[in-house]
Parts: sequence; C-alpha cells; structure tokens
Amino acid sequence: MQVTMIVNGDEVTREIEGRLLLVHFLRDVLALTGTHWGCDTSNCGTCVVWLDGEPVKSCTVLAAMAGGHEVRTVEGLAVDGKLDPVQEGFIQCHGLQCGFCTPGMLMTARALLDRNPDPSEGEIREAISGQICRCTGYATIVRSIRWAAVNAASEVTS
Amino acid sequence: MQVPAPFEYARATTVDEAVALMGRFGDTARLIAGGHSLLPMMKLRLANFDYLIDINDLHGELGFIAVEPGVVRIGALTRHRELLDSAELAGVFPIFRDAERVIADPVVRNRGTLGGSLCQADPSEDLSAVCTTLDASCVIRGPLGTRTVSMADFHRGPYETAVADGEILTEVRFPVRDRGGSAYSKVERRAGDWAVVSAGSAVWLDDGGRIADARVGLAAVGPNTTGIPEISATLRGEEPSDEVFARAGEIAARSCEPATDQRGSAEYKRHLAAELTVRTLRTAVARAARGEA
Repeated sequence: MQVTMIVNGDEVTREIEGRLLLVHFLRDVLALTGTHWGCDTSNCGTCVVWLDGEPVKSCTVLAAMAGGHEVRTVEGLAVDGKLDPVQEGFIQCHGLQCGFCTPGMLMTARALLDRNPDPSEGEIREAISGQICRCTGYATIVRSIRWAAVNAASEVTS
Repeated sequence: MQVPAPFEYARATTVDEAVALMGRFGDTARLIAGGHSLLPMMKLRLANFDYLIDINDLHGELGFIAVEPGVVRIGALTRHRELLDSAELAGVFPIFRDAERVIADPVVRNRGTLGGSLCQADPSEDLSAVCTTLDASCVIRGPLGTRTVSMADFHRGPYETAVADGEILTEVRFPVRDRGGSAYSKVERRAGDWAVVSAGSAVWLDDGGRIADARVGLAAVGPNTTGIPEISATLRGEEPSDEVFARAGEIAARSCEPATDQRGSAEYKRHLAAELTVRTLRTAVARAARGEA
C-alpha cells in the first residue's frame, strides 16, 4: 500500500506493507535513525515521536496509521542548526550517559514544555514516567528538562 | 524484531463505513483505535487478522464527553488523556481522574481509548472496573441498528465481549444521581503496570447522610472486572462508618476469585480487595458529603 505523511515538515510518500510499524518506517525506510527502537512493547519509550503534536510510542503505531498526518522526530528538534533548549539542557546537565533513551526523552520533554513551560520536578517525573533510562540517570534528565524551562523559556518557539 | 503477521489495512471515515467494512470481512477483521493492546498481541501472534480497520478518523464522531442532566455520555474513541484532562468529567465522576492517573503512562494515554479498553476485556483493566462501578451501559452499533448492553452483560469472559462480528462499540453511558461520590485506587508493582488489584467505589447519600446506594467494582481478581451486588445490599441504609466499610471489605475479599500469579498470591489479593474497597468507599463518601460528586 502507499502511504503519504509529513515528517519533520517534509511530505514523504512510500510503498509499504500494512504491518510496518512507524518506528521501522522512520528508521529503515526514511533512514531517520535518531528515533531509537528499544523494547518493542511500548514500555521503554525510546521510540517516542510526535503524531500530530502528541508524543506516541512509534513501536506501537502502524506507519499506515500515520498516513495523512504529521510526524516529528528528534531530527526535527533543532532549527537551522540551533539546538532546541531541551537538547541544550541535556548537554549542560549531563542528561545522557549511554544516550539510548535520549531521543524519546527529548521528544517527551519538548511536548511537556510546550504544554507547561514551567513544570515542577514532580510534573517532569510524571511526564517521563513512561520512559526508561537503563543507566538510571533520571536525576540529571529531570535537571536537564528544568534547565530548558528555566534558561530558555523565551526561546521556546518550536 | 516483533512484527505482526501480514494483513490488509483499511481506514473507515464514518461509523457507517466501519460497520459496513466489519460486516463484509466478518471475523477476519478487527477494528484498531489506539492499538496499544491489539498491536502487542499481533506482534506476539496471539492475535492474527486478515484485515485491520483503522477507526482513528472517527474521533470527530466518537471522541466526546457529554455531561448532561441525569447522564454522562462518552464516545468510544475518547482517549485516556481526554478523560484525565476533563475537569467537567472529574466534577461529576472523580473516579475517572483517580483511575486515569494510574493507567499506563502519559504517552500511552495519548493513544489508548475508552472503547478499546472495554473491548479488550482484560480482567485487570482499570476503565472496565470504573464502568462496572458506575453501572455503565454500552451502546453498540451494527448493520441492524443500535443496541444497549449493561456492563454486567458486556464482558463475557477474559478478552470476550458482547460486541459481535460486524459491530462497533460507539458510546458508553453513565447514569448520574444526586449526592454521589466516587473514587478509585490501584496497587501496582511499578508505575504504569497492570493492577495487582484495583477497586472503584461509588456512593450516593440520602438527605440524612445515610448511604442510599453504593457500588464497588474490582479489577484483576476474576475473569472480568467484578461488581459485587452483596456489598450494595449491605451498605444501603447504613450510616457511613469505618465499621460499615470494613464489612464491605470483608464481602469483597470473599466474593472475588483472584489467582496466584507473578503479581502476588491469591491471599494477598484478597487482602488488597478488602483494603482497597474500604479506602475507596471512605473517599467516595467523603466526596459525596462535601458535594464533590
């Protein structure tokens, strides 16, 4: 079947199997390997991308279901080479160790800050509660997202 | 890599079209909404279908929360996040907010739907327990028209419902009565997990502050979520007190059928059924007395 969707602002059309999952469409068909593929059971959250502005676990969404919709991946966070404040926050506050969970954490963090520009630590922990960092670096991830809220509130335009 | 077996993907843009497609494909087809129960089962090849009919485009038609005099109607495609965020719904039935806070995680809640939760008919599923507690009825549309089924008749066993091939659950209705309160509580091993046991309570008080009626729904302690009529009969006419709640808890513990599994022993689950019944009754009565619904 043929599927057409907007990915990071660009329209893409591809011939796919109905059973293809969105995470594999992004990684294997479009070569957007920033989105990671982890547990495959919608537990770990490293595959989180946005579907029409909402974070979703792309291992549990069919590529076909995204047809006609807008997808945004971690590759779409930086604008014209300028990192999004949450990316900058992860650099400043050591928000990643191995980096495997990072793309999902970044996409969820950006969505949180768009809805709630000044989240408390508790609200951040709730927002990322569907995501697993196997380095257990949660304290610095929470700090990184707070950094983005505090230091870049005026720059949040994405 | 976990990938479902091959199937044909189709998309319905109206409820009528979904019914027509389901009618044509029969038991070889399944509706997909949020997909967070169905796709994992298809990946594990526990479920295999020749056709998947995507109904997410029906959100305009079936995604709604309508608080009306005497009844709350919720569309089957209403997502967990919408149920959690609705202040109007929490004003009438705070049990929804209690439950939604502990269902899966925020990202999954962006996709999962009320109808999908009920149609999955997982014995541990929280919204099913909420619907059982609130004495909901399910509106099912098929080729011959619309029929309404009570929650007691909706679930036919684990993973089985009254929705026949060619039919679609479109709406769930909740009767609203005066001076009511409701609450939900769940014990889980870790954030976002399925319940070890959960319980919901709804209580309605009379003018003198006595219990006019009460309902308790339990999840994860039987083949389906369980309403316990004996608790309702015991509580009616009683002055709310910890002693009365404890009696209800004892009935819950001996009326359920938990199984020992990796989440806990049957004995521990009976203990939880009693304790969570007491806690949710206490909260529901307090909310009713404060006029919080």
